[in-house]
Amino acid sequence: MNQSEETAKISVKDLSLFYGDKQALYSVSLDIEEKKVTALIGPSGCGKSTFLRTLNRMNDLIDGVKITGDIVVDNEDIYKSNDVIKLRTKVGMVFQKPNLFPMSIYDNVAYGPRAQGIKNKKELNKIVEESLRGAAIWDEVKDRLKSSALGLSGGQQQRVCIARAIAMKPDIILMDEPTSALDPISTLKVEELIAQLKKEYTIVIVTHNMQQAARVSDKTAFFLSGEIIEYDVTNNVFSNPKDQRTEDYVTGRFG
Amino acid sequence: MRTFKDNLLRGLLWFSAFVTVGILLLIVGYIFYKGFRLINFEFIFGDYSPTGGGGIWPMVVTTVYTIAISLVIATPIGILAAVYLQEYAKQGRLVKTIRFATESLTGIPSIIYGLFGAVFFVTTLKLGMSIISASLTLTIIVLPVVIRTTEEALKTVPGAYREGSLALGTTKLQTLIKVILPSSMPGILSGIILSMGRIIGESAAIFLTAGTVAAMPSSIFSSARTLTVHAFLVTQEAGDIELAAAIGIVLIVLILVLNFSATFISKKLNKADY
Repeated sequence: MNQSEETAKISVKDLSLFYGDKQALYSVSLDIEEKKVTALIGPSGCGKSTFLRTLNRMNDLIDGVKITGDIVVDNEDIYKSNDVIKLRTKVGMVFQKPNLFPMSIYDNVAYGPRAQGIKNKKELNKIVEESLRGAAIWDEVKDRLKSSALGLSGGQQQRVCIARAIAMKPDIILMDEPTSALDPISTLKVEELIAQLKKEYTIVIVTHNMQQAARVSDKTAFFLSGEIIEYDVTNNVFSNPKDQRTEDYVTGRFG
Repeated sequence: MRTFKDNLLRGLLWFSAFVTVGILLLIVGYIFYKGFRLINFEFIFGDYSPTGGGGIWPMVVTTVYTIAISLVIATPIGILAAVYLQEYAKQGRLVKTIRFATESLTGIPSIIYGLFGAVFFVTTLKLGMSIISASLTLTIIVLPVVIRTTEEALKTVPGAYREGSLALGTTKLQTLIKVILPSSMPGILSGIILSMGRIIGESAAIFLTAGTVAAMPSSIFSSARTLTVHAFLVTQEAGDIELAAAIGIVLIVLILVLNFSATFISKKLNKADY
């Protein structure tokens, strides 16, 4: 693979983040490549989720968050522009626990497109079907699109969440420990899905599970106490880490 | 010994539940027993006759008017206020003060509101003793109820819904209308039902603002008599317990009908939204 030809989809420079007086990220710099899966690993409280949430400005929702540094997505500094709506349309997110709305499966997936003003039934039908197919759940739910999404199993719900994110036709999908609430079989399905999705989307995934990072990602960043300790091709991080702390973590000596 | 304690507690719990339900059944049963003989078509739908024997239709109409006007004003204002306090306002001293104020307002005896209504709406605004004066007074009485229950309902909406919606590139307003308000509908509805109960049960404040004219109101600016005020007056003036009990039956049925229709409407609204 020729590394120099890869384009950085997201380019983070010198990013620091404070919750009030408490600093959570210390000048993090990181280039995320297009149509690759980038895994963020590290022990609890290391800032990996906080970092992920800066990429679609979800941290804006928390009072007293202050950010310095630059995050450039497609050559645009996302904290200089005030169009959070546009950013979040482009950067989708899947959360730790499935958070489908108490509506039908169809309405959940159509939620984003409708909010953007798409009203045409045919167009919506098409988006819903494509998105559910894209999330590899169409066959399981096609006969019950009008029934409540909350009746699905956790694993199915999480894949509908992914479909809901895809429906916005994003470039980037952020996943915050998407399988931590799922059983092993559902986890496997989501992981297979991630492998599929990276053909079309740039994926950034936070995970607690190191085997998962090793299985699904192309590159891995190891976070510790709000800093990036090591960022490299996943194989190198796991089999040939440069930093002693990375080695200690991936071999299970702490965390 | 342990099983004895367990049984004792169980007995106590059962007894408390039984007493509660028992008293309720006793009251409703007594009212029905006393009043059912008077209930017929003519009694409910007939015009009032001052010489006795007439119906209570004017009071039914007045009651329904009062409920409708009060709720039409109080519900939107109350919901909007609660949304502001819960979703938009910065949680600081001002919001705490407003919350404390609304909580205190729920505890004030209604006669105080009645006096205020009589001075402000009836006299100052020159609305006179009328249905509209009473409704405006009742609006102030139920507003804190609507605000409090709506706030509680909004609080129960999981933060994950908000995040999920905003992460899909929606605005705060879209999130509010499409996700948060529909999810808190049952709570908001119970606030409205509580308010209806409060309005129907109110007598002192209405007495002072709508007066006691026992005739079909020609408009909302007429003085009129609600069912509750009527029940109070027939008991107090004529000592006619049987008539008061019959009015009680009508009130109970009216409340049930209104509650069911409120639940039904909110279900319809929810369906339409999905």
